[in-house]
Amino acid sequence: MKIIGEIGQYLLMIKGMLSRPESMKMYWKEFIHQCSDIGIGSLGIVMIISIFMGAVSTVQTAYQLVSPLIPKSSIAQIVRDTVILEFAPTLICIVLAGVVGSKIASELGNMRVSEQIDALEIMGINTKTYLVLPKILAALLVIPMLVVIAAVLGIWGGRLAGSMADIISNSTFDKGLLEGFLPYNVFFALVKAYTFAFLISSVPAYFGYYVQGGSLEIGRASTKAVVTSCILILFADYILAALLL
Amino acid sequence: MIEIRNIRKSFGDKTVIDGVSALMKPGQCNLIIGISGSGKTVLMKCMVGLFQPDSGEVLYDGKDFTNMKSDEKTDVRKEIGMLFQGSALFDSLTVEQNVMFPLNMFTNNSYRTNLKRVNEVLAKVNLQDTNKKFPAELSGGMKKRVGIARAIVLNPKYLFCDEPNSGLDPQTSMVIDRLIRDITEEYQITTVVNTHDMNSVMENGDYIIYMYEGRKEWEGNRKEIIFSKSQRLNDFIFASEFLKDAKDMRMLEETGKIANERDMTQLTDQDAPTLVPPPDEE
Ligand SMILES: Nc1ncnc2c1ncn2[C@@H]1O[C@H](COP(=O)(O)OP(=O)(O)OP(=O)(O)O)[C@@H](O)[C@H]1O
Ligand SMILES: [Mg+2]
Repeated sequence: MKIIGEIGQYLLMIKGMLSRPESMKMYWKEFIHQCSDIGIGSLGIVMIISIFMGAVSTVQTAYQLVSPLIPKSSIAQIVRDTVILEFAPTLICIVLAGVVGSKIASELGNMRVSEQIDALEIMGINTKTYLVLPKILAALLVIPMLVVIAAVLGIWGGRLAGSMADIISNSTFDKGLLEGFLPYNVFFALVKAYTFAFLISSVPAYFGYYVQGGSLEIGRASTKAVVTSCILILFADYILAALLL
Repeated sequence: MIEIRNIRKSFGDKTVIDGVSALMKPGQCNLIIGISGSGKTVLMKCMVGLFQPDSGEVLYDGKDFTNMKSDEKTDVRKEIGMLFQGSALFDSLTVEQNVMFPLNMFTNNSYRTNLKRVNEVLAKVNLQDTNKKFPAELSGGMKKRVGIARAIVLNPKYLFCDEPNSGLDPQTSMVIDRLIRDITEEYQITTVVNTHDMNSVMENGDYIIYMYEGRKEWEGNRKEIIFSKSQRLNDFIFASEFLKDAKDMRMLEETGKIANERDMTQLTDQDAPTLVPPPDEE
């Protein structure tokens, strides 16, 4: 019963957020601020994770492909497809749910508890529009970009690991990359990225916006936000795979 | 002018505001006083619509605010300035940006015009050189003053202050009280102040309501309050011996009997003689 109420409140927040901005200039500023917060703020961790992710998948794929009948170049194919289909969108978004999600939830939770949201309301500002919408739009713009960067770096990491460990030469790897490449996979990865971006931003925003109590509850809300968005990401991942593949 | 009619508000089964009505006129300071936990903040939040009262109405210049559509409410809110009990400054913005925020949101002025206005209100609250500081770098009293500056920067028609001088030294507290009084009179603002500072009550109490356990126990002005018969109110206001003495002094002033020593001794045969030289000394 409680969960239905929460879903209802979440949907009302999403609906309430769609109103006309009081001042385009201020909203634009907030949007840019959020883009840099979400994008630049998590670029470092995304880069590190994706390079290692690609490297590990090259090494492990080579370890599993022991048959001499399978050409070496298929290692590159497998790395490319797993990185594009699963690692870059899903794994990176799970990490971002932790990094970005907890930040959004605690920022809004702190504003709620210290009455900053009330102060904005009193000024006649629609706080759902001003505080939540720019975060979601920024996430929708920036997170797919991060996913693309992660895919490129992941494949590059795989190539690097392949040549460093003498598993597969760079030229064989490059040849493999072009074999049987399906542009549809990239489209699928982007659909996932947009879906997850929405979840990563809106779910923590919901938990933060409706915090009640004090700083203890802010911590709780951000934990709940991260856990919920991770579960929803995995769930949506499955649904999208079932629908689109 | 703000009129509240029979406001009721409960949280769970705890009634916090129990049928309060009042009429708050422009150009005067309307005080809500009462002990901690008596419901002052909740009443104020009901008035500005941060809490929806369970029943009753709040009227801004005759218009029923409680049942307005949200865009009509927004129009009224643009005329409201509010200082929160915890100041509620935006942590991520500097003092200047905090005070400029409403200007940026609701006007199309240039940065320089806005900056001029910001400096003007910051000077009013005695905070000239703090523009670039962040709220975390300010003392509690300075935050309060920035909060006031932000509340008045758009020249509101209605000003709400939740304990504007709690946590301030007596001198700054007086400056704030005078400031609130001056802008109230100058711009004919309807000002509502929550306070338990007796100095403010005596300086600014044009209209006072005394809250006790969510009910309005007494109303009147700063002159009437010293003659109030309510025991609870008396215990609340004149809590210390010092204030009791001050009350007697005020009483003498008000009734004009301080000059006449014989009348004076008649008026307060127990308390007053300690305040003035005994008649036979002269
Ligand atoms: N959001 C809330 N949920 C439940 N109870 C609340 C809530 N806000 C206030 N109360 C209760 O309402 C009562 C009145 O609180 P209020 O904050 O109005 O007191 P106050 O008069 O402003 O006190 P103070 O002078 O300490 O600020 C308190 O008993 C408090 O526990
Ligand atoms: Mg209070």
